[in-house]
Amino acid sequence: MKLIKSALLGAALLGAVSAASAQEQFVPVLSYRVGPYAAGGSGFFGGAIDYMNLVNASGGINGVKLTWEECETEYNASRGVECYERLKSKNGGASLVEPLATGIAYGILDRVATDKIPMTTLGYGRSDAANGKVFPYVFPLITSYWNQAAAMVKYLGDKSGGMDKLKGKKIVHLYHDSAFGKEPMPVLDAQAAQYGFELIKIPVAHPGNEQQSQWLQIRQAKPDYVILWGWGVMNAVAIKTAQRNGFPREKILGVWWAGSEEDTIPAGDAAKGYTTMTFNTPGNYPVLDEIRKKVYEAGKGNLDDKTRIGSVYHMRGVTAGILWTEAIRKAQEKYGKGKVMTGEQIRWGFENLNVDEARQKALGVLGMFPPVKTSCDDHEGSGAVKVQQWNGTKWVAITPNWVVGDKALTRKLLEESSAKYAAEKNIKPACASGA
Amino acid sequence: MFYREAGQFKTTYQADSQILPIRQDRIGIATLLAFAFLVVPLIASPYAFSAILIPFLIFALAALGLNILTGYAGQLSLGTAAFMAVGAFAAYNFILRVPGIPVLVAFILGGLCAAAVGIVFGLPSLRIRGFYLAAATLATQFFVVWCLTKIRWFTNYSSSGVITAQKITIFGYSFDTPASKYLLTLGIVCVMAVLAKNMIRSNVGRSWMAVRDMDVAAEVIGFRPMRTKLLAFAVSSFYCGVAGALYAYAYLGTVEPEAYSLDLSFRILFMIIIGGVGSILGSFLGAAFIVLLPIWLNMFAHALGLPTSVASNLELMVFGALIIFFLIVEPHGLARLWQIAKEKLRLWPFPY
Repeated sequence: MKLIKSALLGAALLGAVSAASAQEQFVPVLSYRVGPYAAGGSGFFGGAIDYMNLVNASGGINGVKLTWEECETEYNASRGVECYERLKSKNGGASLVEPLATGIAYGILDRVATDKIPMTTLGYGRSDAANGKVFPYVFPLITSYWNQAAAMVKYLGDKSGGMDKLKGKKIVHLYHDSAFGKEPMPVLDAQAAQYGFELIKIPVAHPGNEQQSQWLQIRQAKPDYVILWGWGVMNAVAIKTAQRNGFPREKILGVWWAGSEEDTIPAGDAAKGYTTMTFNTPGNYPVLDEIRKKVYEAGKGNLDDKTRIGSVYHMRGVTAGILWTEAIRKAQEKYGKGKVMTGEQIRWGFENLNVDEARQKALGVLGMFPPVKTSCDDHEGSGAVKVQQWNGTKWVAITPNWVVGDKALTRKLLEESSAKYAAEKNIKPACASGA
Repeated sequence: MFYREAGQFKTTYQADSQILPIRQDRIGIATLLAFAFLVVPLIASPYAFSAILIPFLIFALAALGLNILTGYAGQLSLGTAAFMAVGAFAAYNFILRVPGIPVLVAFILGGLCAAAVGIVFGLPSLRIRGFYLAAATLATQFFVVWCLTKIRWFTNYSSSGVITAQKITIFGYSFDTPASKYLLTLGIVCVMAVLAKNMIRSNVGRSWMAVRDMDVAAEVIGFRPMRTKLLAFAVSSFYCGVAGALYAYAYLGTVEPEAYSLDLSFRILFMIIIGGVGSILGSFLGAAFIVLLPIWLNMFAHALGLPTSVASNLELMVFGALIIFFLIVEPHGLARLWQIAKEKLRLWPFPY
């Protein structure tokens, strides 16, 4: 019955959408709600859609309403490319795209530049894409893996009582054996040489549900810290196996994809005291209350389970939604308020974002994510992160201020790596013109 | 009626041994090719090119490769994606490290590298067969992907281990629009399909089929099993290698080794099972089925307005049910259905 109802509703909606006026900004949503990473996908895209619903409920962006269409990628690169191709020219053309999947992001990396559609990769993807001269259409907003790795070393240094105290310490990099897990290595290697700590790299094969031998190796090495660069089922298994091997949780520092409720709740008590990086400060914000009131009470909420509002992945999705709408708003300031923006114009908006604390306060999200200010040179806009700890029931931020690592080092690596890409692809590095 | 051959007499050996002995087939294939080469580039949308037609052709080529090995030579393999990966990464490295190398030559060299790897991992086939061989080829799958992730030279020391395929330029013409990539892929696939068809009809193909049907008997009548089996592995891997290179260059553009996962091997295996084991046409039909059906189901569910999560699960259910249905109704695959239809059409409207 519910099926028929939703089918009819959908048909009616389709009719309504095609009949509506052109004052609509279309966002393709390449989401995944089934498959091994469904927990992350439903939370993140649920958050982004909740925020877009909130924007529409408050009258849109200067009157321009947001519309979107979902396409299920199942986190599969080939499916993702198909979805991207399917949606990119619908409803007057895509404004922007965010696949939240490394494989898909790499698959459409070249296509977005040809199609002139900006792609955000919030906290993942190619770290060197922060160089807007080589990657004009890619925006690894807030912070990339490299800046996160640098921030991790900074945090561990501060925890040990100063960066010079890292000398002679042992740090294990326990990583998911894929592009994702290998991404931070250049930074960790460089920092190991700089500060004189010993870096032990231990890979875990996908999906990571068997880690007995790895933790045995860790116990033998007796490291001072373990960086857990894991994802999906690997995280909960790592935390549980660490407990079984008697390795203290406080010494494990997870990447931000290892720091959601979906990772710690399955690990149960073993996760208490476990720390990870994050680019959102956990807590409640006025915007979340607004979402509860204006979106969920109107029956438009995207999450089935209301208690997930404000969870790590949901908040990350809300953050993405905020940055998208801010970019569109910025583009409208330059190209005409109340008009529908093209991908090129929104690209300019992303490149000139300035979400400072005053703006965050106006949006009701002060402190939820670090201030973001982008430029052609810096498509990342921040590079700051926080460290959070699981207290058994929820995440708590344990660094009051945003942690920033050695940005000079990551900048140097970024220049080298993007120059190599530009040479391979025959790209002449230059800032894109206005639009 | 459509396939009535009355009056089509063959008076020379050449006429008797051509690829398509029936005139209707020749006209049909010529029309199809003319349509694919001349009409499709004019009418298809960029979405059709880059999300449907190009992957369909590439998967058809890979399925063709696997069909040569499994369908014709009877050697079960689960390493298809690994051979594709070898082709892609070899082509990438040739273009990167040999200045001025023509792209097509790099594709061929990529295929040859895959063939070499195929021969090495085909060696166990001399001793074991069936499921045991499938398990041995599974090792290819894991070894190749492991090797490509581990040895950073293959990915040109990129920090994340992902290669970004260079531009395809042939004689100064740059294949950068979806339509041009489609034509390039179509051209390569057509040439290789004709080659495969001829190989199957020649002495080589007969030796494969003899080994498939009974290797002891094949040896007794004079085929050398070792040479035959390894040749099958080499040719099959060559096809898969070229398909892998096209997958990287004409389809995705950037690839990480994980793109060539066991999952992809399975999908290609399903293609030949559904399309028809031991049939060139079957490779194409199977690829079309596996590539197009999920997309079509997804769009259908979307048009009904179902939530995407429901749509995905529905897709899995329908897909699974259809596979089981097909295998029960016609275990020899779609190609066999077409064959039956053709036979019926020869007698229509008066069957006896």
